[in-house]
Amino acid sequence: MSTATLTPKGPSTLRGARLPKWSPYAIAAGSIALAVGIGLAGGLHSRVQWGLIAAILYVVGTYAIAAAVEGKRQAKDRIATSFVWVAFLLAVVPLASLIWSTVVRGVKVLDVYFLTHSMGVVADTEPGGGIYHAILGTLEQVGLATVIAAPIGVLTAIYLVEYGRGNLSKAITFFVDVMTGIPSIVAGLFILSLMLMFDMQPFGFAGSLALAILMMPVVVRSTEEMLKLVPNELREASLALGVPKWRTILKVVLPTSIGGITTGIMLSIARITGETAPVLLLVWGNAFINANPFEGAQASLPLYIYQQYANSAGSGAAYDRAWAASLTLIAFVMLLNLVARGIARWKAPKTGR
Amino acid sequence: MAKRIDVSGLTAYYGSHKAIEDISMTVEPRSVTAFIGPSGCGKSTFLRTLNRMHEVTSGGRVEGKVLLDDEDLYGTGIDPVSVRREVGMVFQRPNPFPTMSIFDNVAAGLRLNGNYKKSELADIVERSLKGANLWNEVKDRLNKPGSGLSGGQQQRLCIARAIAVEPNVLLMDEPCSALDPISTLAIEDLIGELKERFTIVIVTHNMQQAARVSDRTAFFNLAAVGQPGKLIEIDDTERIFSNPSVQATEDYISGRFG
Repeated sequence: MSTATLTPKGPSTLRGARLPKWSPYAIAAGSIALAVGIGLAGGLHSRVQWGLIAAILYVVGTYAIAAAVEGKRQAKDRIATSFVWVAFLLAVVPLASLIWSTVVRGVKVLDVYFLTHSMGVVADTEPGGGIYHAILGTLEQVGLATVIAAPIGVLTAIYLVEYGRGNLSKAITFFVDVMTGIPSIVAGLFILSLMLMFDMQPFGFAGSLALAILMMPVVVRSTEEMLKLVPNELREASLALGVPKWRTILKVVLPTSIGGITTGIMLSIARITGETAPVLLLVWGNAFINANPFEGAQASLPLYIYQQYANSAGSGAAYDRAWAASLTLIAFVMLLNLVARGIARWKAPKTGR
Repeated sequence: MAKRIDVSGLTAYYGSHKAIEDISMTVEPRSVTAFIGPSGCGKSTFLRTLNRMHEVTSGGRVEGKVLLDDEDLYGTGIDPVSVRREVGMVFQRPNPFPTMSIFDNVAAGLRLNGNYKKSELADIVERSLKGANLWNEVKDRLNKPGSGLSGGQQQRLCIARAIAVEPNVLLMDEPCSALDPISTLAIEDLIGELKERFTIVIVTHNMQQAARVSDRTAFFNLAAVGQPGKLIEIDDTERIFSNPSVQATEDYISGRFG
């Protein structure tokens, strides 16, 4: 027996104590159980309070247990992970609950009849009626606003990225930033003051103008970012082939970034679709179908939701209609988002072989 | 089609910074001229003044004369877009248009400049791809995206794209620096073939490459960082690499410098 073999091996410096894989779930379950216990014992009625207590217990518990078993550095790692999870849940829970309650309350009256009829012969307190006039109004107003704002926004962004030098482009950037911050009611008041100057009655296109003001800076900003992502090498490659600058922009820069630009436009459409204030001021609302956005008051979905809720006077029918219209609006915005994602994927520069 | 380039007293600026100063040289038609020199000495800048790409960079401006045969590229009334059709360029990193197929990439210069018939385009694309030694590798997938090719193939695609518009001069800015030795060899062979038809100017950091492909070599250097780059000497490649007339050239070539 040689003494060398008896020398005890020191503990490996590369290996340390690790918590088992299931430990985060166990800690989560434990903190929820503890929070429920605290809630019951303390007589806390709000489930939100229970949830917050559970979240705090989870973060603190993770840190304490990890620090005891694994050491300080791993504990910091785990506390960061648990913060991310808690933040994620805090963001998702309200969203999921909003969608859930909208769907549950919205489907009550949502059917083909509801989508294809107006409120023309139905009093707000009676059951029946529909949102056809509001869908029509929203589509027309948002469509016209897009037709105005998208080209101006994209062209402004092209100017800023491709041509803009010096003070003019700085001034434009500044004013676009200012425009981004305009509250929607102010945009509405601006158009309203013009309308009053020319002594006009409310009509759909006035709403479109206000919505276009709100949409334009968003389009400019998102398009600008997308154009900046196009590598300079592509512009130079095209210029070096003797292609004029405007054709380079049209045939090389825009096709390369068109996916992102469309996504930006779609998202800005989604944003203005839900605007209520300018529509309330300028379009006024109308129980009848008015397909002409250039004359007479029109309805629109957000406005319809507000008016049904405000005029419900305790009537369940109006309340149900407001929820069904909300569901339609959310579905429409979600559809736009999906379309935007689809276009972005379809138009993305191809790398496949 | 190849044309002679005559540069006299050329100085180029980036804003207020003078990048190259007082450069004069002659580039013979149907020959390969290589530019060598340390980084930042203005080789690429000088190359870009030869097809008016220098002024694309913000703040870029040029003084002096560049004669293409007998026409001053910086004369009054000269359209930089027409200049670039005469003087093509291949860049350091392969940059095929990502939204276009292989065919469309090669046809891009023609298509974006005017109307061509389909059959005419197909002929030119085939000729250009053959000219760039790429035809056999891509003839079955002309409709696939150009960015799906390997780096060396992409660079040859860019060369095909540049020669499709039939320029008189082809400028190459370190065309092989992003490529492996085999692709580099392919491009070097290609340069040897292309010089029958074009005047070629190539910037390279690889002195063996300059010795292999070029007929004449120009050595650029700068006195210190922040100083403008200058042309030290230009001579037959053989002389530059065996018996240069300036000590700095010999130091650089033999690696005793920088």
